[in-house]
Amino acid sequence: MVGERGDPASRIPTAKSDFGSIASALVPTHDVLVIGAGLAGQRAALAAAEEGVSVGIISKVHPVRSHSNAAQGGINAALNPGDSWESHAFDTIKGSDYLGDQDAIEIMTREAPEEILHLEHLGVTFHRNEEGKLGTRAFGGASAARTYYVADITGQAIMHVLYEQLMKYSEQIARYEEWFCTALAMDENNECCGVVTRNVADGSMELFQAKSVILACGGNGQVWKPTTNALICTGDGIAMAYRVGAKLMDMEMIQYHPTTLAGKGFLITEGARGEGAHLLNAKGERFMERYAPNKMELASRDVVSRAEQTEIDEGRGFPDGTVALDITVVPKKRVHEALREIVLVGRDFAGVDITREPIHIKPGNHYTMGGVKTDVDGRTDIPGLYSAGETACVSVHGGNRLGANSLLDTLIFGRRSGADAAARAKRIAGSRPSRKVLEDEEAMIADVNSRAKGSGRRVSEIKLELGQTMDAKVAVFRDEAGIKEAIEIVARLKEEAKTAYIDDHGSVFNQDLLGAIELGYMLDNAECTCLAALERKESRGAQYRTDFPERNDDEWLKHIDLEKTDDGPEISYSEVTITQWEPEARTY
Amino acid sequence: MADYTIKVRRFQPESGEGPYWEQFDVDLEPSLSVLDALLQTKDREDGSLAVRCSCRAAICGSCGMKINGQSGLGCKTQIGEAQELADKKASAATGASNGSVPIVIEPMGNMPVIKDLVTDMESTHWTKIRRVTPWLLPHGEAPEREYVVEPESMLDITQSMACIQCGACVSSCLSMEADPDFIGPAALAKAYRFVGDPRDAETVERLHDLAEDPHGIYDCTHCFSCIDACPKDVAPMDQIMRLRRKAGEEGIEDPNSGHDHEMAFVKIIEKKGTLDESLLLQESFAPGVKGKLKPSKRAIREMLGSIPTAIRGIRTGKMRSLPKLIPGVHHKLPDGAQDEVQAIYRHAEEHNEEFNLYIKGDEGELAEIEAEEAAND
Repeated sequence: MVGERGDPASRIPTAKSDFGSIASALVPTHDVLVIGAGLAGQRAALAAAEEGVSVGIISKVHPVRSHSNAAQGGINAALNPGDSWESHAFDTIKGSDYLGDQDAIEIMTREAPEEILHLEHLGVTFHRNEEGKLGTRAFGGASAARTYYVADITGQAIMHVLYEQLMKYSEQIARYEEWFCTALAMDENNECCGVVTRNVADGSMELFQAKSVILACGGNGQVWKPTTNALICTGDGIAMAYRVGAKLMDMEMIQYHPTTLAGKGFLITEGARGEGAHLLNAKGERFMERYAPNKMELASRDVVSRAEQTEIDEGRGFPDGTVALDITVVPKKRVHEALREIVLVGRDFAGVDITREPIHIKPGNHYTMGGVKTDVDGRTDIPGLYSAGETACVSVHGGNRLGANSLLDTLIFGRRSGADAAARAKRIAGSRPSRKVLEDEEAMIADVNSRAKGSGRRVSEIKLELGQTMDAKVAVFRDEAGIKEAIEIVARLKEEAKTAYIDDHGSVFNQDLLGAIELGYMLDNAECTCLAALERKESRGAQYRTDFPERNDDEWLKHIDLEKTDDGPEISYSEVTITQWEPEARTY
Repeated sequence: MADYTIKVRRFQPESGEGPYWEQFDVDLEPSLSVLDALLQTKDREDGSLAVRCSCRAAICGSCGMKINGQSGLGCKTQIGEAQELADKKASAATGASNGSVPIVIEPMGNMPVIKDLVTDMESTHWTKIRRVTPWLLPHGEAPEREYVVEPESMLDITQSMACIQCGACVSSCLSMEADPDFIGPAALAKAYRFVGDPRDAETVERLHDLAEDPHGIYDCTHCFSCIDACPKDVAPMDQIMRLRRKAGEEGIEDPNSGHDHEMAFVKIIEKKGTLDESLLLQESFAPGVKGKLKPSKRAIREMLGSIPTAIRGIRTGKMRSLPKLIPGVHHKLPDGAQDEVQAIYRHAEEHNEEFNLYIKGDEGELAEIEAEEAAND
């Protein structure tokens, strides 16, 4: 009965490097290196460790600060006797507006029940029904109540339990908490073999060596303002992969969540509607009757967000540009048991007692469906480089992600990436990264530090303009003129970022510097999203083009891939995998 | 929009200087947060101001800090409310209203400061968390399906699962100020998450571990600071008290006799209606109603050790009624009042309910729900 003791940093394994100018330098080395410690990253690390390889997990924040925390409502699995993986798969495919790859969706939905049970066995405190067995709630876009949950802290509860396991297996998994990654390291065969990091605590730069690297860095929500996403969600993994030549896929598919607080962008869980809450316009009408008469408030998120935005745009919203979510119709006892977090969010951030009055909400940036293109084992098209979770695009979400499928995605493909990355590590000898990449990154940081105060714009100004531009032009409704404007602005901001200055030139906890590096990541993400949104000349899922309002399967039932060239992103296409569900008209 | 002034305790470790105060003016809606004020300062004035933050919505636990001396989350404290509190404190201190004073922002307590508002949580908070063996210890093979457990048991530990590890309770903990080795409110609340989990097979071992550690569950002085500080209503002290109760139920000896002391109150009131102080010491250290005393050596030692405290109490006037120390002098309750006291005991025993937010909501809400249910029936 003794917990873990000792300093994790003292256990960093190293290997002698004979590359570069510092022949005797020690390089921290792991078989598998995971970047990002949210659900996908932690699950990948645990799966890799189970295969007996040495694992390191790096995160720019302490793992429990990761944004998986914010997933409130639950996790989907067809585990009830009356339910089936086929039904879950079909709902997911229909939800994706047929852009999801059906082989990947089959894997995710088939493996979901086992994953839920695994989590339960690890200690997740899932809600129980009266018999003491796992209980479910209803969620949007689903034909059965198949969402397992812990009150409305499901993501937090699962992530803290996985972190318990990371602490338990600290001998096999080295944790690098508050280390920031600036670039991936490649060998001469163009395989990924490590990563350059900065220890946030003291500013020291380190080149890590690994046989497999897994990017699990979350999404890019901070590119939009407002967003439900945390400040850390700056698209780091997507940008780092893109910069070393990995393909990105479906970057135009950005989810706007139907229920976010105006102004601050905070999330009100879909679980509220799952428990029976209504959406009302300013006239008190339950307007979803006109848009999705069967599923009403529980239609897919893109459908509900468009309905709300239409009500607001056509003058039936409230003066603050919102509609109302009425949770007072849910029994109070149930609210306290299952929606307690929302009671607190309403009280603390909107000054509203949700058990007594409706709360004003609007669609807000929420989730990155696109990302680094991977296969069903998390492999990108660069050997040695893997990706999982919101950073990756397998694609199981296609044009629109269903509520409570994101946690599932992180866990299933986190686990599969971890296992395959470990298998690769056992198979190959590994190569050592050249120290040149470390020197390049040090030079990049020296350059940022050298800019005098007032020599350019402030980093924060550029971020704000970027966020407002994207929210205005590349949001729920899009058109060619708006997207082109956004492309021009992003291009200008990229130039301005080259001379943007920071105030802090120190080594210890220099958040100012990290913010400047994150701005670069965000701009790469924005550029790719704008180009893909311009390219897709149809309306599908989250991409709604007012100038091309119909879905066009003949021309656009395909993925848009982006690859970096010296002249910017190059567009190509790849097939959508269809197994047994042919595209149909999509109504709710 | 309104103007506020924040006064931040800063520390720049590379400057060679000690900590200092710096004031910044910010322009915010009163409903925005103290964290928003800090972020505005970073964005517009001084990017070197260090503060951990991420979600802005009280879910990631990054921005623990002290605001006007109170530990909490920057993102969950509205700037308007912080201003009111600052003004109230200032006028209480000087006895007069002196207009607007700066909102004082400091790093969390009980932890070393790394830079500005960033503290070293690893050496304190996380080391203590790892101390409580923070992972489930089930026995045997996992079942084919889920563990079948009482539905309320999962809701019960959900209150401690709601902890976001922000450290606000650790920052506010008065016991830890006196004893830095105290395992502390966050780690002990985490421990309850396992002790209360019916799937854990080493509950008794955990209780022994936490009770026998001199810095364990009996090191808490019951001051409520952590309950006030906690932004997620985890009520760490309540979880510590539940650990103590379970330890008592397991017959685990309490080195401070705290459990026996508590039970002494319970027994005396049950018997006499009011506190008979002449019985308190002996009941606390050698339980058993008068006449049947079999005090252990330790109990005798503890009782003798208490004599100076009693003498000091008499001298300083804290203990004013000497006859109260004479057994048998204590007055009885009039008429049938003692029956009413016992009825209260019976009611409490019959309604042996845990106070848990996930089950009941806040106190006022509970009454309201019950009233509604009664009206519906």
